[in-house]
This record gives sequence, C-alpha cells and structure tokens, in this order.
Amino acid sequence: MRKTGKIIGRILGNVVAMLISLIVIIPLVVLFLNSFKTSGEANRMTLSLPKEWMFENYQTVIEQGKLLSSFFNGLLYAVFSVLIVVIVVSAAAFVISRNPKGINRFLYYFIISGIALPINNVALMKVLQALHLVNTQIGIILLYAAINIPLSLFLAYGFIGTIPREIDEAAVIDGCKPSQLFLRVIAPLLRPIVSTLFVLDFMSVWNDFTMPLYYLNNSRKWPMTLAVYNFFGAFEYSWNLVAADIILTLAPVLLVFIIGQKYIVGGVSAGSVKG
Amino acid sequence: MNKRKLYPWYFAGAAAFLFFLLCFVPGILGIAYSFTDWNNFSKEINFVGLANYKAVFQGNSEYLKYIGNTILFTVVTTIMKTLFGLALALLLTQNFIRFKNFHRMIIFSPQVMSYLVAGLVFRSMLHPTTGFLNNFLRSLGLNGLAKNWLTDLTMVFPTVMTVDTWKGMGYIMVVVIAGLLSVSPEYYEAASMDGASFFQKFWSITLPLLKPVLVNITVLNVTYGLRVFDMIYSLTNGGPGNATGVINTAVYKEFSKGNLAMGTTLSSVLFFVVLALLYFIIKSMEHKEVEV
Repeated sequence: MRKTGKIIGRILGNVVAMLISLIVIIPLVVLFLNSFKTSGEANRMTLSLPKEWMFENYQTVIEQGKLLSSFFNGLLYAVFSVLIVVIVVSAAAFVISRNPKGINRFLYYFIISGIALPINNVALMKVLQALHLVNTQIGIILLYAAINIPLSLFLAYGFIGTIPREIDEAAVIDGCKPSQLFLRVIAPLLRPIVSTLFVLDFMSVWNDFTMPLYYLNNSRKWPMTLAVYNFFGAFEYSWNLVAADIILTLAPVLLVFIIGQKYIVGGVSAGSVKG
Repeated sequence: MNKRKLYPWYFAGAAAFLFFLLCFVPGILGIAYSFTDWNNFSKEINFVGLANYKAVFQGNSEYLKYIGNTILFTVVTTIMKTLFGLALALLLTQNFIRFKNFHRMIIFSPQVMSYLVAGLVFRSMLHPTTGFLNNFLRSLGLNGLAKNWLTDLTMVFPTVMTVDTWKGMGYIMVVVIAGLLSVSPEYYEAASMDGASFFQKFWSITLPLLKPVLVNITVLNVTYGLRVFDMIYSLTNGGPGNATGVINTAVYKEFSKGNLAMGTTLSSVLFFVVLALLYFIIKSMEHKEVEV
C-alpha cells in the first residue's frame, strides 16, 4: 500500500510541476505564435499554429514602431551606465571592504540604504533641471548608473571579502601603490563579480520604464520599453503587431539571460543567501 | 602597514557622489518641497506647513485609498510569492521530478522580462473579448468563468496581484533553492534514520535553516511591493477609476498634472515608511544572527 501511495505522489508531483511550467510559459507561447499571424487570426487568440507564417509583421513593426533607434538608445543607456557602475563600484567596494571603518563604514551604509529607499522622482526632476540633464542621454545614463550603484556595491563588497588580504600585503611588499594595487592586482580577480553585475545591471536598465517616462519627452531618445508601450497604445487592436513588438523587446534580454544564466543565478543567490 | 593610506577613502568617492547627487539629494529636497505649494502653474513657491500631509491623511481622501492599496498589494503579493516560491523550490529539489532544471528555467524566465512587458502581455491575454484566457475558458464551455479581468471593479486588484505573482515567484523560487542546496544533506539522512516523515523534516530542519533566506525574501518582496509602479501602470494605469491606484502611480499622476508638491509629498510618505523599516532591511541583508 505505501508503495502505491509513493508512486501516486511522485506522479502527482511531476504533473503539478508540468502544470505550473505550462501556466508560466503559455502566455509567452501565445505571444510568439500571435506575432506570426494575420491581424484577423491574431484577434482570436488561441494556441493554434498560424495558417500562414507572416514574417513581414516584424518588418512592419520595426519600421512603424521606430524600433531601430529605440533599440540603439536602450543599448547605449545600458552599456554606458553599466560601465560606469562597474568601475565606480569596484573601486568603492575594494577600499570599503578592506578597511570597513570610519568614513568608509559610513559611506557603505549610506549607499546601500539606496537598495530599499524609493527615489523621489518629482524632486529628482528639479535636480536634473539644475544640472541641465533633463531630456538628455547623458542625464539618463548617469541616472541609471546612480540607481544601480547600491545593490551592485552590496554584491561587490561581499565578493571582495572573499579575496585573501595576503595578496595585498605581498603586492605592497613588492612596492605597489594603492592605485597599482587596485588596477594590476585586484581588478583582474574581480572578473566573476563584474560579469554578475554586468548581467544584472544590464537587465535592470534595459527593462526600466520609469526614468524615460519621467525624464525623456522626446521619442527619438526613448529606449525599447517606452517605445513598445507607446506602440501598444497606438496599435491595441493589431495583436499580431503588438506581439511582434513585444517579442523584439524581449529578445535582447533573453539573449543576455541565456548567455549569462549562471551569473544571474549566482548573483541572485549571493545577494540573498550569503549576504 | 597603514590601512588608511593603502585603501584611500576617495576610491569610494565617485560611487558616493553619484548616489548622493541623484538619489539622496532628491529625497531630501523632496521632503523640503512637501511643505510647499510647488506646482507647474506659478513661479512662486510658498511655504504651506503640513497642508499637503493633512490633505493626504485627513478625511476620506483618495490618497488614503492609494496608501491602503499599496499596503494591500505589498502584503498579498509578499505572501503569495513566498508561498508559491517555497512550494516550487521544495517540489523542484525532489529527486523524483523529471527535467527539474528545465522546469526551474521556465518558471524563472518571466523574471528577465520587464514589468512593463509582462503587464502588456497580460493586458492582451486578459482582454475580455479577444483575450486568450477567456477564449480558452469558453472553448471548455466555462462561459461563466470568463470575466472582465481588468475592468471589473471586484476582479481587477486580485488579477493584478496574481499577474505580479506570476512574474515574481520564479525569482523567489531560485533564491529558496539556493538556500535549500546549502543545507547539509546529513541532517536529512539522520532524520530519516530516526524515522521522520517529510513534514517533520520540513518543520524541524528545512524551515529553521531557511529562516534567514525567508527573512531576506520578505524584505525583498516588501520593498518591491511598496515601490511598485511599472506593473500597475502598464496593466491598468491605476484604473478602473482609482481601484488599483498605488502610491507611485499617484505620484506620476500628480506629476503629470503639474501638481508637484502633492507628488513629492506622496513620495516622501513612502520614503518615511521605508526609512522606518530600513534598520531591519539592512540587518536582514547582513543577517549576522544566523549563519547557515
């Protein structure tokens, strides 16, 4: 009797796992299929394959949705802000983690409080105006760098703690200055955490929607998220085009996700488990 | 060796400066402006004392509804994501499940899409007449279950919270799995030898050892929930009426109306709430009290 119970339990467990995976994936499958259908067929949203594969949907979307320019805008914002974050955060994490006393300790808690504290977007407008950064690409890049610094610092701080201090001592005995120590000795050892930060911050910037909504009112400077939102508003009844647009927005992050999978999962668990 | 010379503080200067200028200053400035009548229609800014806060907290203002919604959203999504994430993690670490890694990857995958895109996907899936869900229910003959998911006043908030759980539970699952894998299998072996059942093992081994992870997850979910914006903006934009309005959608609404003082007041209210929780948040991130 116990054995049959166990087998039933195992089958049930597998069925539940499959059902949940289906619930998660079905919306994405429907979306994918819809992106190849004709407008009429797409309006009866079903899981059936398209009668005729309309690859030209994608062409229409790229032309009408101004996707090329917003794609490159998004890439520009993500790459440059992530570069800034990686550089300033590794330098900061290095000195703070090695000497967590006095002003360094204060700076650390001051910065990581930003992981939780909300940004005041209304007053931020005032600050950006004062700095003449409203509606500029450089402004949005600096802004993205700033908001991603806290979590990145927290992760990098934990990582540098795992690099043995003896390395520093050996380097100093060999006559290294602080900047040489950091650039020549420590920086090359940071590759794993830099990859994690790159993937996590890239996805966070690429997926962000709030900052351009508040601070970019010129559609030529919009990244993908805002472009797709606008497209959705204009073509709400052409589900096939909307679906193609969404798929194109998803593609880059999916690619980064697939390439950087181990870094994401590593970063996610390092951030919450090891602390 | 002189630590201060070897690790000069100004290496942290650039990060601190950027954060100070674009995150901290707006926070403080915002609190200052919340005591004024700052708006887009007049150049003058006058001090008005606590008038904005009174408008938020006095009587039956719509702002109270937004604050209530934010709290409801935070509590419900935190509980749902934790429960689903924990259950999925437990299920997908069992050896008898086939294709464990495949399931994990699928369930995690919504995490990589933006909240905005997830919102748009479900806005099309849940469309009352052409959406996939209602089509599917009708094809099963369950016409009664086909609802106006995003326009019916009683349905809309549960729908929004469910969609948010759909997107967020995979992340929680991955975090819990990492926690589960760090538990030494010897505990379970010893318990099995003593004849412990699955649930006994869960209560006496898994749960206590997962406590720091669970605290962490709660903190993550609560800070996300309080600040939620994208998901609600793209699914319902706070509507119908103000049924799903939360603090951050209200901030944007006031901002676009030019009612800047009220926007910054609402934002400051949120700031104070998180500030009150900040000590616990940072403590839980470091969780020195328990070492797994």
